[in-house]
Amino acid sequence: MPVAIVLASVAALLATAVLAVAIQGRRSASRLIYLICLGACVIGLAAASYQLVHGTPTAPELHLPIGLPWIGAHFRMDALGALFLCIINLGGAAASLFAVGYGQHETLSGRVLPFYPAFLAGMNVVLLAADAFSFLVAWEFMSLSSWALVMAHHQDPENRRAGYVYIIMASFGTLALLLAFGLLAGPDGNYAFATMRGAPHVQWLPSLVLILVLLGAGSKAGLAPLHVWLPLAHPAAPSHVSALMSGVMTKVAVYGFIRIVFDLMGSPVWWWSTIVLGIGAVTAALGVLSAVMQRDLKRLLAFSTIENIGIVFIGLGLALAFKANGMHFASALAFTAALLHALNHSFFKSLLFFGAGSVLSATGERDIEKLGALIQTMPQTAFLFLGGCMAISALPPLNGFVSEWLIFQAILVSPDLPQWGLKLMVPAVGALLALSAALSGACFVRAFGIAFLGRPRSPAAKAAVETDVFSRAAMGTLLALCVLAGILPGLVIDSMAPVALGMVGQSMPAQTGIPWLSIVPVAESRSSYNGLLVFVFITISTLVAIEVIHRFASRAVRRGPAWDCGFPDPSPATQYTADSFAQPIRRVFGPAAFAARERVDMPPPGDARPARLSVALRDLAWDAIYAPVGDVIIILSEKLNHLQFLTIRKYLSLVFVVLVALLLTLSLWN
Amino acid sequence: MDATALDVAHLLAGGMVLISFLLLYQDRMFALLNVFALHAIVLAASVAWQAHIQNAPHLYVPAAIALILKGIIIPVALHRVVIRLGIHRTIETVGGIGPTMLLGMGLVALSMVVMLRAAATADPLAREDLAFALSVLLLGLLMMVTRRNAVSQIVGFMSLENGLILAATGAKGMPLVVEISVAFSVLVAFIVIGVFLFRIRERFDSVDVQALDVYRGEQR
Repeated sequence: MPVAIVLASVAALLATAVLAVAIQGRRSASRLIYLICLGACVIGLAAASYQLVHGTPTAPELHLPIGLPWIGAHFRMDALGALFLCIINLGGAAASLFAVGYGQHETLSGRVLPFYPAFLAGMNVVLLAADAFSFLVAWEFMSLSSWALVMAHHQDPENRRAGYVYIIMASFGTLALLLAFGLLAGPDGNYAFATMRGAPHVQWLPSLVLILVLLGAGSKAGLAPLHVWLPLAHPAAPSHVSALMSGVMTKVAVYGFIRIVFDLMGSPVWWWSTIVLGIGAVTAALGVLSAVMQRDLKRLLAFSTIENIGIVFIGLGLALAFKANGMHFASALAFTAALLHALNHSFFKSLLFFGAGSVLSATGERDIEKLGALIQTMPQTAFLFLGGCMAISALPPLNGFVSEWLIFQAILVSPDLPQWGLKLMVPAVGALLALSAALSGACFVRAFGIAFLGRPRSPAAKAAVETDVFSRAAMGTLLALCVLAGILPGLVIDSMAPVALGMVGQSMPAQTGIPWLSIVPVAESRSSYNGLLVFVFITISTLVAIEVIHRFASRAVRRGPAWDCGFPDPSPATQYTADSFAQPIRRVFGPAAFAARERVDMPPPGDARPARLSVALRDLAWDAIYAPVGDVIIILSEKLNHLQFLTIRKYLSLVFVVLVALLLTLSLWN
Repeated sequence: MDATALDVAHLLAGGMVLISFLLLYQDRMFALLNVFALHAIVLAASVAWQAHIQNAPHLYVPAAIALILKGIIIPVALHRVVIRLGIHRTIETVGGIGPTMLLGMGLVALSMVVMLRAAATADPLAREDLAFALSVLLLGLLMMVTRRNAVSQIVGFMSLENGLILAATGAKGMPLVVEISVAFSVLVAFIVIGVFLFRIRERFDSVDVQALDVYRGEQR
C-alpha cells in the first residue's frame, strides 16, 4: 500500500534526524546521512509514482491513533497528493545526491544534518495528511525545520534577519491556514478532509476562505506582496537546502492552495479567479524584474522562483475561471499546464541552485560581478547550468517551453468566457506573462553570461576548480529530466490526467496516441507542438552548420590584432558588467517598480576625483505594507508597555471591568 | 418538602448576597471581620443544607471546613493580626458608599440576567444557586477593587472564595475533591497573604497598599 510505504520512509527520515544528532562530528556522518535521505526519497518516489500511474480514483485512507484523541491522524494519497509527492521526492533525492558531495564543504554540518531529513519528512507528511490537524502540524513542522536550516549560519547578521522575517511570515501563514480550516470545518469541528469536502457553507464563507488561503499558502509560495521573506531566506540556507526550499517547498504551498480551493471548497465563483489571476500576474512580473536587478546569484534565483510561482498561479486562476463557468475542458488544460509548470520548475530551479552552490563552494562568491570565465575552469558545471538557464527561459525543446506554451493556449481560449471582466483581464494577464517570459530570458542570459563567460573578475573566480562527481551527477540527472520532459511532454501530461480529473472534473485528451509524439491541447486545427521534432531539427541544423563551416570555411591561419571590444584597457574590471546589462531594463521599469533613482556625480574639469554613478532601488511592498505595519506594532506595544507597571488595585480593577464587560455582552447577546 | 427545600436554599444563598452587601460598607476592622465570620457561617449552613437535600453526605465535609476554617479560625487570626498591626482603631475611608452600593446592585442584577438565561434548562435549584453565587463573587471582587487596606482586600478575596464554594456545591455531581481543594486553597491564600502583610508592614510601617505604589516611585 503506497501510503504506508511513504509513511515508513517518513519514519526512516525522522529516525535519520535523530541519528544525525548522535553521530555528528564523525568524518563520514554527512555522507551517510545524505545517502540514507537519498534512499528514503527514492522509495517515496517509487511508491508515489506507482500510485499516480496505477492508482484507483478512490484511494484508501489510513487512520492512525496519533494526534488529537477524537480525530486521530488520517493519511491518504490521491492522485493530486501522489503527483506532488513525486515532485517532492524527486527534488529531495536530487538534493540529497548533490549534498553527498556538497555536504563535504559544510563547516557547520552539525547544524544542518539533523534538520535536513526532518524537513523532507515534514513536506512528505503535508502531502499525505487527510485531516486539517495533521496537515497543519506537518506544515508547521516543515516551516520550523526549514527555519532551522536558514539559521544554520547564524553568525552572519544578514542570515539572522532573514530567519527573523521568515519565521514571522511563516507563523502568519500558518495562522491564516488555521483560520481557513476552522471556517471550513464549521461549528461541529469536522476536521477530516472527507467530511469537509461535501459540507454546505454559508454564502460568504468560501470567499473568505479563499482570501485566507491566498494569505496562508501564498505567503509560503511567495506571492506578491507576501514574498519579501523568500529572497532573504532561500539564499541564506546552504545551497542544497535552498534548492529544496525554492524548488520543492514552494510546490507544497501550491499543493495546499489546490487542495483547499479546488478540492475542499466546492464549486468556485468566477470572480475568485480575477484575484488569483491578478496576484499571479503581478507576482510573475515583479519577481522577474527584481531578479534582473540582483547581483547575488542565489538571490537572483530566489526572485526567479517568485516569478515562476506567479506563472503557476496564473494557470490556476485560469483553471478556476473556466471551472466556474463549466468549461471543464479548458479548465483541465489550464490546470494541467499549471501542474506541469510546477513540476518543470522543480527540475530546473533545483538544477540552477545546485549550479550556484557549486560555484559558491568553488569560488566562495555569490556576487556575479566577482565571477567570470568559469566556463574555462568549471566546464561541466557551466554546461549543466546553461541547460538549466535555457529550460527556465522557456526555450524549446526544453520543458519550460511546454508548460508556458500550454498556459498561453489556455489564455487563447479565454475569449469564450462569458464574463466581460475576465474577457478583458485575461489578455492583460497574458501580456504580463509574455513580458515576464521575455525578461526571464534576459535575466538568465545575464546570469550565465556574467558568471561563466568573459574574463575572471576576481582571483577567486580564476582559481575555481570543477565540482565533485556527485554534484555533477545530480545536476546531470535533472538536466536529463528537463530534456526528457521537453521532448516527450505527452507522457507527462497523460500521467497528470487523474489529477485533473479529480480536481476539475475533466482531463486533457490523451496525448500519447497522437502520431510523432506531438501534443495537441485543444484541437489539431488550433495548435500543436512537437518537442521531438524541434529537438531533431535543432540537432540536425546545428550539425549541418558545423559541417558546412568546417568543410567550406577557409583553413588558412590569419594573424591580426585582436579586437579589444572597444576597451583598450586590459583590466577585467572594464568588461561588461551585470549592472550594465540590467541598465536598460532598469531605466524602463525601475521608476515604476522599484522607485529607482540614479545619481550621477560628475566632477568638474580639473578635479581629479572619480565620477560616480549610484543607483538606489527600493522594495515598494516593504515600504508600503511591512514598514507601516511594523511601525504600528511598535507604537502599540509602547502604549501597552504601561500595562506592565500598574498598581495592584488597577490590575484588580482591570480584571473586574473586563469580567463585567464580558458578562454584559453575554446578557445583551441574545 | 420540595418547595420548602427550595425556599430554604434560596433563603441561605440570598442571605449570603445580603451579607456581602454588609461587607461592602463596613469601615471598621473588627466589624468587618465579624460580618465576614457571619458570611462564612451562612455559607456553611447553605452547604450543609445542600448536603441534606441532595442526599450527598460528603458535602458535609466542605460545610465543616467552611464553618471551622472561615467562620472561626481565619476571623480570629485576622483579629489578632489587626491588633498586632495596630490598625484596629483606624477607620478606613471606603469612599462613596452610595455609588458602591448602587454598583453592587447593578452587579447582582447582571448576574441574575446572565445566569437565569444561560442556565435556563438547568434544574431551578442549581440555576438560582448559581445566580446568587455569581453575585457573591462579583461583590467580593468589587470589594477588593474599592478597598485600600490589605486586610480588607483579604476579606474581599475570602468572600469571593465563598461565592465559588457556593457555586461548586450547588451543582450536583461535582466531585468532592474539587470542593475540598477549593475550601483548602483559601487557607493557603490566607497564609501566603498573611506572611506578606507582615513583610509589607515591616518595610513600610503601613498596610495601605498605596505605600507599595509610592515605593515603586509612582504617584497614584
